[in-house]
Amino acid sequence: MSAPKTESVRKIGDTILKLENISLAFGGVKALTDISFDVREHEIRAIIGPNGAGKSSMLNVINGVYHPQQGTITFHGDVRHNMRPHDAASQGIARTFQNIALFKSMSVLDNIMTGRTLKMKANFIEQALWIGRARREEFAQRAKVEQVIDFLEIQHIRKTPVGRLPYGLQKRVELARALAAEPTLLLLDEPMAGMNVEEKQDMCRFILDVNEQYGTTIVLIEHDMGVVMDISDRVVVLDYGKKIGDGTPAEVRGNKAVIDAYLGVAH
Amino acid sequence: MFYREAGQFKTSYQADAAIFPIRQDRVAIAAVLVIAYAVIPLAATPYIFSALLIPCLILALAALGLNILTGYAGQLSLGHAAFMAIGAFASYNFMLRVPGMPILLAFVCGGLCAAGIGILFGLPSLRIRGFYLAVATLAAQFFIVWCLAKVGWFSNYSSSGVITAQAIVILGYTFDTPTAKYLLVLTIVAVMALAAKNMARSNIGRQWMAVRDMDVAAEVIGIRLVYAKLLAFAVSSFYAGVAGALYAYAYLGTVEPEAYNLDLSFRILFMIIIGGVGTVLGSFLGSAFIVLLPIMLNFTMQFMEQTLHLSIPMSAASNLELMVFGGLIIFFLIVEPHGLARLWQIAKEKLRLWPFPH
Ligand SMILES: Nc1ncnc2c1ncn2[C@@H]1O[C@H](COP(=O)(O)OP(=O)(O)O)[C@@H](O)[C@H]1O
Ligand SMILES: [Mg+2]
Repeated sequence: MSAPKTESVRKIGDTILKLENISLAFGGVKALTDISFDVREHEIRAIIGPNGAGKSSMLNVINGVYHPQQGTITFHGDVRHNMRPHDAASQGIARTFQNIALFKSMSVLDNIMTGRTLKMKANFIEQALWIGRARREEFAQRAKVEQVIDFLEIQHIRKTPVGRLPYGLQKRVELARALAAEPTLLLLDEPMAGMNVEEKQDMCRFILDVNEQYGTTIVLIEHDMGVVMDISDRVVVLDYGKKIGDGTPAEVRGNKAVIDAYLGVAH
Repeated sequence: MFYREAGQFKTSYQADAAIFPIRQDRVAIAAVLVIAYAVIPLAATPYIFSALLIPCLILALAALGLNILTGYAGQLSLGHAAFMAIGAFASYNFMLRVPGMPILLAFVCGGLCAAGIGILFGLPSLRIRGFYLAVATLAAQFFIVWCLAKVGWFSNYSSSGVITAQAIVILGYTFDTPTAKYLLVLTIVAVMALAAKNMARSNIGRQWMAVRDMDVAAEVIGIRLVYAKLLAFAVSSFYAGVAGALYAYAYLGTVEPEAYNLDLSFRILFMIIIGGVGTVLGSFLGSAFIVLLPIMLNFTMQFMEQTLHLSIPMSAASNLELMVFGGLIIFFLIVEPHGLARLWQIAKEKLRLWPFPH
């Protein structure tokens, strides 16, 4: 991460990600049907909807884990075809998972260091001999990782294997790993699920801080409507794989279809 | 009280990322090297060199290779002895067919040939995993050894299939005594172990472990699975290839396919299970353990017969080794999957707190 800027760099800009007519099916199951929406630079874009609505599938489409049968994805002006997840990563997309996907037996530090993997250029022979670039990069990237560790306030667990951490902290470490990649687009799949109120507040603060200080564009899946209404700029609502609403939190809240499908049911 | 980090504050990332961050560990490593290079050559007998130390070091190198693949990168292989065979036969043929070939270069070329074939047999790992991958590597074991035995060119059409390895001559010095061979093997193994340790603490080591722990997340963070997996196969097979060449040249004195059978593959696998999966130290502990076990058992039996006048039936004696092996494997798989290296770690942690446990 670059040094935190004192004033906010957050000023919603142009569209950086555009999804048009995305359809995705697994065998007979239609996970997504003809979905279009866009994401603008520096905004926090929420995706909401009941379980099984296709929210996680949507994120998987954006970062290349799933390839939709139909539709186009335009990122930074380029149309992407069947992109692999690591290509998405090298274009600046990072994410966290609904079910924590950390490297369980590695320490917190090593997990976050993997977030810097694309910044390291030394080949394996330099690494085996621990010479030149390999050494220099290791220390330079470590310094960057320490900034992320400070930012997320996890200094005390640096050397702990992540498998031993409580759930809430694991979620935070996963965010740290994604942030270490210095993404331009950050995808968060239910970052607050299963957390207590205090942990949720912390997580909210971190998400807002990332967005404000680094200007990172965030696409966020979240169930807690209070949180969504508070922190997001615009919201997409999915239900049974279809888009049934799109707009500011206030607009979405007033949308009849949304109230029937989701808000009405959940509350 | 004595083994601890107290007072050793790390003031830089350099110090924290050092290969042995704790001073006592550095002292221990230095002591091991002094013993290995200075004390043992003076103290050991030729028998101890040829029957214990040399095979122990060579098999530790092979186990290290398997540990890179299985322990670090999480790809199971049951065919590691076959990659050793490739290293041995390739070295032999380089020595035979390239005039003036330096033997160390022949070992490296043997390792590289093994690496190439290792990549080839690693290709299935891009599609399959777990049990099915293990079966694919088992196929490699049988196919490669069969191939080396059947195609006469590899053994220079020797009628028996068993060929005498060329003498080890480096810069005009012939390594023909057990002590000389031991020192050569020790040096090669120490250098390669250091390289393995460096890889383990660098980006590539983290990439391997990430692929092992959660491959989807690894790819999403930007790790190329194809590169990470195939490189693990290549590096691992390179280590096996060099170990195989040393096995032929410094231990057996002959090059023969049968020496590299499935049995050896399993012994190497047992070494990393007992020694510790995913640690460099574990490869050495496991190798020492498995080389020493039969000798220790023999010793115990002799002791029981001679001193206690217990007569042990021959059949029981020969099966005892297998039974102890089996029991230990099950013990480690169930109770301590991280092997002796982990037990060592726990002992160190206890020592760090001793004598104040809280
Ligand atoms: N890998 C997969 N294979 C088969 N079906 C899947 C897969 N991933 C998601 N689905 C299906 O797609 C639908 C949407 O799932 P998901 O995107 O996880 O929903 P959400 O995140 O909104 O709860 C569900 O019916 C689910 O069963
Ligand atoms: Mg989901």
